[in-house]
Amino acid sequence: MTSDEVYPGSEPARWVYLDRIRTRPGPFTNPDVFDGSAVAKAMESMKVLVIGAGGLGCEILKNLALSGFKDIHVIDMDTIDISNLNRQFLFRQADVGKFKAEVAAAFVEKRVKGVKITPHNCKIQNFDEDFYMQFQLVVCGLDSIEARRWINATLVNMVDEDVEDSYKPLIDGGTEGFKGQARVILPTVTSCIECQLDMHAPRAAVPLCTLASIPRQPEHCIEWAHVIAWDKEKPFPTLDKDDPEHITWLYQKALARAREFNIPGVTYSLTQGVVKNIIPAIAATNSVIAAACCNEALKIASNCAPFLGFPDDNYMMYSGNDSIYTYTFKHERKDDCPVCGQQARPLPNVDPAWTLRELLDSLAERPEAQLKKPSVRAEGKTLYMQSPPGLEAQTRPNLDKTLTELGLVDGQEIAVTDPAFATVTFKFRLRFK
Amino acid sequence: MTEIVMSQTPPILHGPSEKERKYDRQLRLWAASGQSALESANILLVNSGSGVVGVETLKNLVLPGIGRFAIYDEACVNEADLGVNFFLDDSCLGKSRSQSLTELLLELNPEVQGTWYPNESVEALESVLASSPVFTVVMYTHPISPKQLSLLEAYGQEHKTPLVAIHSAGFYSYFQINLPGAFPIVDTHPDETATTDLRLLSPWPELVAFSEGLTKDIDNLDDFEHGHLPYVMILLHYLERWKATHDGKYPATYKDKTEFRRMVQSAARTNNPEGGEENFDEAAAAVLRTLVYPSLPSGLKEVFEYQHTDPVEQRSGFWIIADAVKKFYDKHQCLPLPGKVPDMKAQSKVYIQLQSIYKAKARKDAAEILETVRSMPGGQNIDPAEVELFCKNAAFVKLINATGGKISRADRLRAVADQEFSSDQTAELTLSPLSLLPIYLALQPTAHMTGLYSSSPDANAAANAISADEILRGVAELVPGAEQNERVIQAAREVARAGGGELHNIAALTGGMVAQEMIKIITKQYVPIDNTCVFDGVASRCQVLRL
Repeated sequence: MTSDEVYPGSEPARWVYLDRIRTRPGPFTNPDVFDGSAVAKAMESMKVLVIGAGGLGCEILKNLALSGFKDIHVIDMDTIDISNLNRQFLFRQADVGKFKAEVAAAFVEKRVKGVKITPHNCKIQNFDEDFYMQFQLVVCGLDSIEARRWINATLVNMVDEDVEDSYKPLIDGGTEGFKGQARVILPTVTSCIECQLDMHAPRAAVPLCTLASIPRQPEHCIEWAHVIAWDKEKPFPTLDKDDPEHITWLYQKALARAREFNIPGVTYSLTQGVVKNIIPAIAATNSVIAAACCNEALKIASNCAPFLGFPDDNYMMYSGNDSIYTYTFKHERKDDCPVCGQQARPLPNVDPAWTLRELLDSLAERPEAQLKKPSVRAEGKTLYMQSPPGLEAQTRPNLDKTLTELGLVDGQEIAVTDPAFATVTFKFRLRFK
Repeated sequence: MTEIVMSQTPPILHGPSEKERKYDRQLRLWAASGQSALESANILLVNSGSGVVGVETLKNLVLPGIGRFAIYDEACVNEADLGVNFFLDDSCLGKSRSQSLTELLLELNPEVQGTWYPNESVEALESVLASSPVFTVVMYTHPISPKQLSLLEAYGQEHKTPLVAIHSAGFYSYFQINLPGAFPIVDTHPDETATTDLRLLSPWPELVAFSEGLTKDIDNLDDFEHGHLPYVMILLHYLERWKATHDGKYPATYKDKTEFRRMVQSAARTNNPEGGEENFDEAAAAVLRTLVYPSLPSGLKEVFEYQHTDPVEQRSGFWIIADAVKKFYDKHQCLPLPGKVPDMKAQSKVYIQLQSIYKAKARKDAAEILETVRSMPGGQNIDPAEVELFCKNAAFVKLINATGGKISRADRLRAVADQEFSSDQTAELTLSPLSLLPIYLALQPTAHMTGLYSSSPDANAAANAISADEILRGVAELVPGAEQNERVIQAAREVARAGGGELHNIAALTGGMVAQEMIKIITKQYVPIDNTCVFDGVASRCQVLRL
């Protein structure tokens, strides 16, 4: 039976288990798109980009190397910290301080013969579309929403309907504690990261007046030290959240304030957790999520089985706190997605009596916006610009005017830009309450 | 001693230790108590087949600092191992696989100890089990010979050791946890939002007095005071008003509660600069959630009703405390108060007072239970901290593996198969995902075929070729009729495709899940699966079944 034939690539003895699956069709393989005889060779010449060489990234590099990919690039600007060693298994005590991308790439290259891994110790924003165009797949293991949004917007922008090679599947993983998610984005085809933004809402900020006058929780005391006391006393020129001396200063300030108000629970560890917004992370969960991502990468690259993103499900949610639970579903595209949609996204509950400043502040916190340094225009009129300085100074007075004073009406469309996503104009439609 | 010295040292002098820094991200999940349980654990992996999933599991346990592990593996490293197993390299070819794996795993964490078998002095699995210190958990991977399996099962029974079976082939995997008896967990880490228990419909005298003191003149409070009344006080106050016009009854139905919510909302002042009051918004939002009578959660009910079969188990600290909590519940018709107050808009001083009223009540309840515990046989030596933890988590206590061996494994599998296949018939209507039991069934016939994993590149080599038909014949023996189920037939073909070999991704993913479960069992924190988890790498989802 020809369908049982294995078509090994280089080193057949080494890749026997993989070749049995990726070069032979199974009961779920789509025969219209699967060509077992071409798979091994095609995968050997594919270029895959991994973004992040941390908890997920280390796992992803290992998994891709053992999935038959031979040409892998990895980007990470970070250096290795001692707190990485409980899960980032390509790093050792002696590597602390070195670049993650470099150490991870060298380790996997040495361990898995025949794979080439090119490290880039820098930010993803340092590269342009030409750089990203060379890859056939992008796999992300990031802890920052901002970086995900950036690469997502870049890949969606790169799509040219006439150029088949311009569609770069984006596979994204994320974890927190025993939970995580893996999702596949086929730019302009499936829902994108921006469509799904409200599923990853930022933690609600504590109102400034609570910090300043009525703290109740240890976190309030720590935020007070971080936001108010530090600025007032400036014990060091700039706050380095990785410097134990700085954290100790914040801890002691917070502790003194907690004592004043009889609030229990301020510890060094909590201080560090609040100030650095530390997310608990373990090897086991990274292992689950990274492998789920790379399993999709293998299926996309070989067509040996259906993958997330087509035709239905594109998102797998995983939770291991209470038994194990996965929810795999289709997240629908949004017409009003600022990155891949056509329409403006509604911005409900806007008060016409707000000042422009209040509107801008709300953009930072709203789950559907999460823009920290917004510049705003409406009907071609510039309301506020963060830069250049001259324009900022000219538009600054608008910040204290109310929306009504600025002539904004219910249903009005505004265009927002943010330096974190230079290529995107976010269109919102104001809905007054 | 160290503890005392540490706490007397001014905080500035002791930042986190080197070890605390290394394990920071996990200590935030399971704290020092969980860490010390991990560090005392001793794990045995009996490895076989293409041999990856167990090793990936160990990786995820060595990194967070498991005490020690041992690998039993009779294979020598071959070329095919290097394409699927990350903890082997070219220099290992031809050497003992258990030794090579152990050495490369140990590089991950210098604090962990590891040994391998067979070695010069201990060869057979039987002697490993006889000569080692007792293992905390034993895991084995399929395919395993029936002889070795029965050795491990006997060991598990004798030492009350949990056994974990793992099977990963191609896009499929499952693992099964075999616990030696009922497994209770107190520290289940429920979602923060679920844990609010304010007892607004059964307030105790101290809470009532405090609330009345703050609200007796509510309409004449200045705007600041009025806008900073904690929502607990607002609700207690308006509940009294409600009762005054409703025959002394609390709002009971959904309609009552929404009406009561309107009453609260309309009491907010709107003639202030903000045009409303945040604390009244919080109060209104909390109505449906917090105006509930105490009830017995299903997990604890199961604990209260559990019929003991093992007298030794019954004398453990958990069961003595559970008995005392049951007596408390029977007497007061409510559980001990957990004592946690969520954050709410309030002045610092008032909030702290409110917090201490709840804490005092929680301490009082815990003290009553401790007294009951002390009066029970075996209760004299129980740590008050254990009682306190139980009281705090009482509503979320869980019992895993509760119903013991009345029904045979084989019969249970058939019963579950009946249930799963019949619910699959309506799955489309109920929009529920299809059962993954077919995957489990299709993997069963290869569970002991130790020759199957042969790494010959020839797909049709006798050793690794098992046909879908052969698999289906095996399924028919387990669950007669299942071999005709379309999805079982597909699963059988998918299993045949793998020829017993693992895909690295599926092994790594499964190893991650198994490691999570091992951590939960060893630390007795969070809730482990009960008892089998099947993963489908084609659809990227899993299902937990009780088999």
